[in-house]
Amino acid sequence: MFAYYLELALRSLKRSPGLTALMVLAIGFGVAASMTSWSVFRAVSGDPIPWKSAQLFVPQIDMWGPNGRNADGSPPNAMDYTDAVALMRDHRAKLQSAMYQISPSVVPADAGKHPLNVSGHAVYGEFFPMLDVPFEFGSGWSTSDDTNRAQVAVIGSKLNQKLFGGANSVGRSVNIEGRDYRVVGVLDHWNPQPRFYDVVNSGGFATDADDVFLPFQTAIQANISNDGNTNCNAVPKESGFVGLQHSACAWIAFMAELDDAAAVQAYRNYLDGYARDQQQAGRFAWAPNNRLLDVPAWLNNQHVVPSDTKVSLLVALGLLLVCLVNTVGLLLAKFLRRSSEIGVRRALGAPRAAIYTQFLTEAGIVGAAGGVLGLVLTGAGVASVGWVLPKDIAALARLDVSLLALTLLVAVVATMLAGLYPTYRASRVQPAWQLKSN
Amino acid sequence: MKLHPILAALRKHKAGTVLIALQIALTLAIVCNAIFIIGQRIQRVNRATGLDESNLFFVSQQWVGAPSADTPDGVEKLDAMQREDLAALRNLPGVASVAPINSLPLLNSSWTGSVSLKSGAEIGDKTGTRTAYYFTDEQVFPTLGLKLVAGRAFNAGDVQHQGFRENRDRPVAIITRALADKLYPKGGAVGKVMYSDGSSAPTTIVGVVTRMQIPSSGSFGSDFAWNSTLIPTRLDANFARYAVRTRPGQLDAVMHAVTPLLYKVNPLRVLDDDSVRPFSDIRARAYRADVGMAVLMGVICLILIAVTAAGIVGLTSFWVGQRHRQIGVRRALGARKIDILHYFQIENGLIAGVGAVIGVILALGLNAWLMTHYEMTRMPVLYVLVGVIAVLVLGQAAVFVPARRASNVSPVSATRAA
Repeated sequence: MFAYYLELALRSLKRSPGLTALMVLAIGFGVAASMTSWSVFRAVSGDPIPWKSAQLFVPQIDMWGPNGRNADGSPPNAMDYTDAVALMRDHRAKLQSAMYQISPSVVPADAGKHPLNVSGHAVYGEFFPMLDVPFEFGSGWSTSDDTNRAQVAVIGSKLNQKLFGGANSVGRSVNIEGRDYRVVGVLDHWNPQPRFYDVVNSGGFATDADDVFLPFQTAIQANISNDGNTNCNAVPKESGFVGLQHSACAWIAFMAELDDAAAVQAYRNYLDGYARDQQQAGRFAWAPNNRLLDVPAWLNNQHVVPSDTKVSLLVALGLLLVCLVNTVGLLLAKFLRRSSEIGVRRALGAPRAAIYTQFLTEAGIVGAAGGVLGLVLTGAGVASVGWVLPKDIAALARLDVSLLALTLLVAVVATMLAGLYPTYRASRVQPAWQLKSN
Repeated sequence: MKLHPILAALRKHKAGTVLIALQIALTLAIVCNAIFIIGQRIQRVNRATGLDESNLFFVSQQWVGAPSADTPDGVEKLDAMQREDLAALRNLPGVASVAPINSLPLLNSSWTGSVSLKSGAEIGDKTGTRTAYYFTDEQVFPTLGLKLVAGRAFNAGDVQHQGFRENRDRPVAIITRALADKLYPKGGAVGKVMYSDGSSAPTTIVGVVTRMQIPSSGSFGSDFAWNSTLIPTRLDANFARYAVRTRPGQLDAVMHAVTPLLYKVNPLRVLDDDSVRPFSDIRARAYRADVGMAVLMGVICLILIAVTAAGIVGLTSFWVGQRHRQIGVRRALGARKIDILHYFQIENGLIAGVGAVIGVILALGLNAWLMTHYEMTRMPVLYVLVGVIAVLVLGQAAVFVPARRASNVSPVSATRAA
């Protein structure tokens, strides 16, 4: 029976090619606009570490007091050196790392090559296991390397390609800011987006992967200064990078792994206790006002998804809605034009259910055709977002099987929903009246 | 022509009427807001930075194994390296002038702080005014093409140098008119003093420039976008940045010559693809997202309008077909072609009018919702009014073709079976 309805539908669509083309075009464009903006939204609002994001937390400490708080009363979104180092010393989470963005120069061993500039982070050794960072060769460094301020480095796959031609470079030496470091690990193409471990300095998204990681205290000792944002509530009293370390300026990101609710509560208590100690010591003149957000909450709090992306998605969905309203109207016209045909079918004994099947099949075919057109247009849309969106975001929008399947599904389901009311009207046609009026 | 028969006929086509009205309402709501967004973005992109942007480029480079900027000795060495670069650049054929500067408008890399009339005020203190600092030398005026409105430009005697993270008194500064008006609303800022970043050492304002945007083009700096302060100081660090103005037409040639020249002065430095950028590139990158959003909204508007127009054509054509016989009867009874044409035009006008009224409410509602959830301002009523006229015109244009076909129905068809 379905094959018969399919044939009927195709015949009917062929009878009014203009109207059919109009519906297919409207659905195709509506679905493509929605899916293209969805692909961008999906890319920027995704969870960069879905298996673990609920166990990774960003603590905030109120070292500036009431004058330095954000509008919602929350403390600064980064830490000063004093607090970051104290939290590392107390070591109350399962794994944790303070980190700051660096941008040192690297001198290739090959004398003919010019020096290059690489971006990266100074982190503690626990950074790598905490974030499940994948290694191509070697591994991260140990806690004793942290305390001994070892001259070791983890490099990214891109830098490894540039310096060592992609070979296993563990044990080789790399010259960073004029000093030699021993490579202990090479990352396996790791570039999570959004860059959740340091949202404040990346603004969420970064075109290039971090290519060098040094032990935090080693970098401090080597005077490799921070490359990211520095926010101060007062001008540092002393000059230089050392002056920054002694100041209350915020420039360090922090992340801790807390595996269950009890651990989270214990860490909250610890942070409050720490702030109270500081209050008693006279460093803070206010009650504890800490925050501890997990990665999804933190990304939301820092507005990582650009509002433009959300507005575009909204407007595109509005466009799809208009296209569907349009389709309802056109299907209604199309179906009711065939009132006499419906009347004959009903008079010959076809139940209402048969009319429903027949016309929903027709709507489904229009939807499928619109979906196929939508696939092509979505492909073109995703390919051309690079023209209109900032590079770091456009690079994230991808065409994959799930997006294509969703495009087709949305087109067919939406069109069949749009076909419901016209079909209902078609099924209500009175056979007697139709037969008589002719 | 009376409205009564039209209304009576519409009552027979409730569903179609509602659908067209709804489509027009939604289109109006979305198109108004989209065009408002486009207008806002165009306005943002067209803001003048206050610079003469042609024949201007920017060099950002980093030394390798440079002396530390945290020791007095290191600062002197770094300053010598910077002066060597400046001298080489200034001697390059085709170069008009060069100034060392820590950032440029739209570069989105800024040093911000606050200035106050009060000595020793905290940075977070509400008496201060936020500002972005440009650390540069006396060549900044010819290089950037800034326009002085009062006071004097810097002279070579004003220029100091200091380590990047050093706290040094700032005896003189030049500020923008926007900042001067904030500090001294009654005017006459030149010769007066201000205190920068909570310092208790006064800074004398020696000059005021008409306009100079801060480096941040995003929402971070929107509160103080025109509050710039120029300090005549070369910053010494392991990196240095230079603004270069070339003679007209020599931009490309000079830009190509810069990298080899600087490597010749000192090969131990990082200069990559991003190190030498014309100002046009800085501008394009800063506003890329805004231009993109405007293009996207424009495309969506076009699709919307096309779909809605096509929908009106489609449904009206169906109605014309359905009423073929009635039209024939009317024509047989003496109605002229123009009467039939008018009938469909008025019918469409009625539906579009109702749709437009609903659309106005939806448009304002959508705008209010966007205002509470995203950074959006109130849409001027003008946009909505223009939108209303646009959808009414769109409706009339779309209905014309099927209405013309209706008016051509011959009276004879009244006698034929449908």
